[in-house]
Amino acid sequence: MEMTPLIALVGNPNAGKSALFNALTGARQKVGNYPGVTVERHSGRMALNDGRPVELVDLPGTYSLDPSSPDEQVTRDVVLGRQEGERLPDALIVVADATNLENHLRFVLQLRALGRPMVLALNMIDMATRDGLTIDIDKLSQALGVPVVATVAVRKRGLDALKDAVAGLAGAADKAMPVLDADITHFQREARRIAAQAIVEQPRSRIFTRQLDRVVLHPVLGPLILLGILFTMFQAVFSWSEAPIGWIEGFQGWLAETATATLPDNFLRDLLVEGVINGVGSVVVFLPQIVILFFFILILEASGYMVRAAFLMDRLMAGVGLSGRSFIPLLSSFACAIPGIMAARSIDDPRERLTTILIAPLMTCSARLPVYAVIIGAFIPARSVGPGVGLQGLVLLALYLTGIAGAVLAALVLRRTATKGAGGGFMMEMPRYQLPSIRDVAIGLWQRAYVFLRRAGTIIMGVTVVLWVLTSYPVAPEGQKQSEYSVAGRIASGLEVVLRPIGFNHEISLAVIPAMAAREVAVSALETVYSIDAEDEEAGAQALGTQLSARWSLPTALAFLAWFVFAPQCLSTIAVARRETNGWKWPTVMIAYLFALAYVAAGLTFWTAKALGL
Amino acid sequence: MSSSASIPVGDLTAMHPGVVSAIDWHKFAANEARRLREFGLDEGVEVELLQPSGWLGGPMSLRIGRMTVALRKHVGDAIHVVQAA
Repeated sequence: MEMTPLIALVGNPNAGKSALFNALTGARQKVGNYPGVTVERHSGRMALNDGRPVELVDLPGTYSLDPSSPDEQVTRDVVLGRQEGERLPDALIVVADATNLENHLRFVLQLRALGRPMVLALNMIDMATRDGLTIDIDKLSQALGVPVVATVAVRKRGLDALKDAVAGLAGAADKAMPVLDADITHFQREARRIAAQAIVEQPRSRIFTRQLDRVVLHPVLGPLILLGILFTMFQAVFSWSEAPIGWIEGFQGWLAETATATLPDNFLRDLLVEGVINGVGSVVVFLPQIVILFFFILILEASGYMVRAAFLMDRLMAGVGLSGRSFIPLLSSFACAIPGIMAARSIDDPRERLTTILIAPLMTCSARLPVYAVIIGAFIPARSVGPGVGLQGLVLLALYLTGIAGAVLAALVLRRTATKGAGGGFMMEMPRYQLPSIRDVAIGLWQRAYVFLRRAGTIIMGVTVVLWVLTSYPVAPEGQKQSEYSVAGRIASGLEVVLRPIGFNHEISLAVIPAMAAREVAVSALETVYSIDAEDEEAGAQALGTQLSARWSLPTALAFLAWFVFAPQCLSTIAVARRETNGWKWPTVMIAYLFALAYVAAGLTFWTAKALGL
Repeated sequence: MSSSASIPVGDLTAMHPGVVSAIDWHKFAANEARRLREFGLDEGVEVELLQPSGWLGGPMSLRIGRMTVALRKHVGDAIHVVQAA
């Protein structure tokens, strides 16, 4: 059987490669991983104009075939036919930004020198026209000796012509292995020469971006704008999510009631209602907040602002031995440490990258929100402490700030000990500002939401169900508490010896074990424990917050919050850190220092709160 | 006068382009030098200081050819330019 031809999309960062990929494949995309590395493999199918199917793979953006990060290495290895888990592409679609021709042509020339069939997609041609830049496409094609097609990926322009050009290549494919020429200086000079021939008219460019940058990068206005954006983002995570969270809760309640009313009262019904519906439901309610946070992050990235934020933060980050580049992964970690740790790949310097990975879990991720929300709701009065400032919000802010302070401290210590050494500096391309495409943002959000729901449906559901079984059996005799008599209860009693000094009770000890899988599970675990111990249905059905405020002291609740600021309770994060650092050494360091911080912080909080008579 | 003295790129008057006259490549780490070459930095290329490094010593924003990049001050100090008249 003949294989579907494989076409690779290659190009500089900011050439609009992924937008072109989205435009060509639409929703028919698959996200996987290259074996051995955590570089995502984005592939999709498209049909050529004559109906022939081809597989399209979107390679990470790179400036040359001399890689400085794992992402760039994958790109080089794929085009050279050396990448494990990928066959040599039959042809390349090289994407170049028409407004930055001199520079992008250099990479085009290096790729051309490989001797593989290729087409040049001269993207963002509309922007070039708007800049008053006129490019002679035929001349460019002649000078390069490859077909050139003008495209505007975000408006789906030029796609048919591009597909025709790709169809025209198919016959030309020869299987000679490509040969790499790594000297980029002569390609650069050649690129400038060809660009000078092909560019007919060239006025000063990027007026809009330049003017906006004068404000956005201004030493005083810039940081204020950044602060404003971050404030809006975190505000939106809470205020916009209220209604959709209500809908999900309503649906969950309806599902649980329907199941209770229609199924016979037996083990399976309890498992379904308490384990699956309520356990998974208590996690799925955070989908709106995660989607909102990622919405902002995707918009900031696609618009070109994220790099400006890195620019503004570079001075501060340099103070703790990092660079502005670390800001992007750390900001993503507020949504989830996993994409954050993966985004650290774009940091060239290995020591700065490692430090960023090690401190990423200290950024308050969205999985902590369920825990914080329940405890704050139960123990912190909803009182106003100023115009528009509530006490509950203030406590939440304090938790975020504690995490950041912990990260600053950890970075300072790490850069002087474990990851000691000169910094890698800060060099970044500042792309032009762009209106993000709704389709690209929607596809990104869908992929994030899907990953979260899959996690809820697999790991979190699995852990919740196992916990429910372990806390339900063996059944306690009359007069004994189920949460202590059960298997899980006995394990927790062992752990309680260690955790009691920092104010944790038996139920908390029981909840933190399954919460190792994912922090959110702490909430569903407490829910399970209290519903299992409930004397009657009515008491069990009480809201978790009401139960907690009746049973826990304030110092215990505060200690529990402090614990979750630091504790590395997320198996997926640990697994990703292991993959990204190629071994167990650094994840072990991460787990050890974070648990130590968590223990000390919870202890200090508990003892201080007691001493203050809270 | 076209033969004015060369100055570090960070000393260019903002928004007035200059031409790179010399680069102290040996002052850069290997990865820095490669990245700068990838950004198109080379002798004879037109550059323009868009946002100077602030008083606290933050990075500067520089146009190299048609590309805008962010660099730290010590990198800019090794790039010598002649300001266009």
